[in-house]
Amino acid sequence: MTDAALIWSYLASKPLLWLCATLFAYWAGDAAFRASGRRPIANPVMIAVILLAVLLWATATPYSNYFEGAQFVHFMLGPATVCLAVPLQANLRQIRRAALPIAAALLAGSFTAVFAALAIAWALGADASLMASLAPKSATAPVAIGISEALGGQPTLTAVLVLLTGMIGAIFVTPMLNALGLRDWRARGFATGVAAHGIGTARAFQVHDTAGAFASIGMGLNAVLTAFLAPLVLRLFL
Amino acid sequence: MVPALAIVFLFQLLGEVISRAAHLPLPGPVLGMVGLVVALSLSPRLGALIRPTAQGLLAHLSLLFVPAGVGVVAHLPTLAKYGPALALALVVSTLAAIIVGAVTFTLVARLTRSHPDD
Repeated sequence: MTDAALIWSYLASKPLLWLCATLFAYWAGDAAFRASGRRPIANPVMIAVILLAVLLWATATPYSNYFEGAQFVHFMLGPATVCLAVPLQANLRQIRRAALPIAAALLAGSFTAVFAALAIAWALGADASLMASLAPKSATAPVAIGISEALGGQPTLTAVLVLLTGMIGAIFVTPMLNALGLRDWRARGFATGVAAHGIGTARAFQVHDTAGAFASIGMGLNAVLTAFLAPLVLRLFL
Repeated sequence: MVPALAIVFLFQLLGEVISRAAHLPLPGPVLGMVGLVVALSLSPRLGALIRPTAQGLLAHLSLLFVPAGVGVVAHLPTLAKYGPALALALVVSTLAAIIVGAVTFTLVARLTRSHPDD
């Protein structure tokens, strides 16, 4: 074996290489996102995922090997979810002030997201595991992954569906709501946070501060509601 | 940073224990988040202690999705097989949810006279 092959076989069996690759891929994705003028289509996570997927394919590395390194990043999803309490608590006063519109829009938006996705997938012949992976896709990723696991879905598939959901919301929300003539920034932001979680929230903050604050509220509340709603709605179809 | 992380992990731990012990549908970290909202409302000092670390972690939230997202490589056959169905389900459900949510919010705000600036 040559030296290079020896070094590669060492690196390929340790977590450091793929941990490093994950951080650099995200750095590259984030740089591309900024360079594009923060356009939702140049999502940094999507770019990082594509770079890493190509790298895994080119080096014939199985996902389980990759995950041994990447698990240290993945693990932080749990504490990050707990930390969502900080912005949510900071917005409690605003939540109380608009309590009724928030409660109504949360129930209507969250139910629409889960029900419409499952009804379409079911009508087009999706199997049970795919349905379970799809049900929580509007919730923020760490929460959706937890719900998907609990429902018998595939957490990594859910992660991709969550990512696509956020991108779809971020790309279409502004032209769509402008066309509908909806001007209440609270309503626009809140609905975006409920339907398109963190990626939609980031988009809302770009458009208007009030929309951003209400989007974070929507994302936080829907993380809790989806955990209750997804299993109930899923039961209608299985 | 260490006290803040210790407290955040503790709330996650409590959430996991309660979720499993009571067989709740809520994932442990979500319960931990609910618990921390309550704790932060009771103690402003706790907020001052946790806020810098929480904001640091949340600023890089999207990085944390990358490892699970790369799992797409294991699902390429599923995505190819159900590609059009999934695309339709994601686009329609997401856009419908935004419209239904925004319209509901606007109507109920009008009915209850909740204005943005009051």
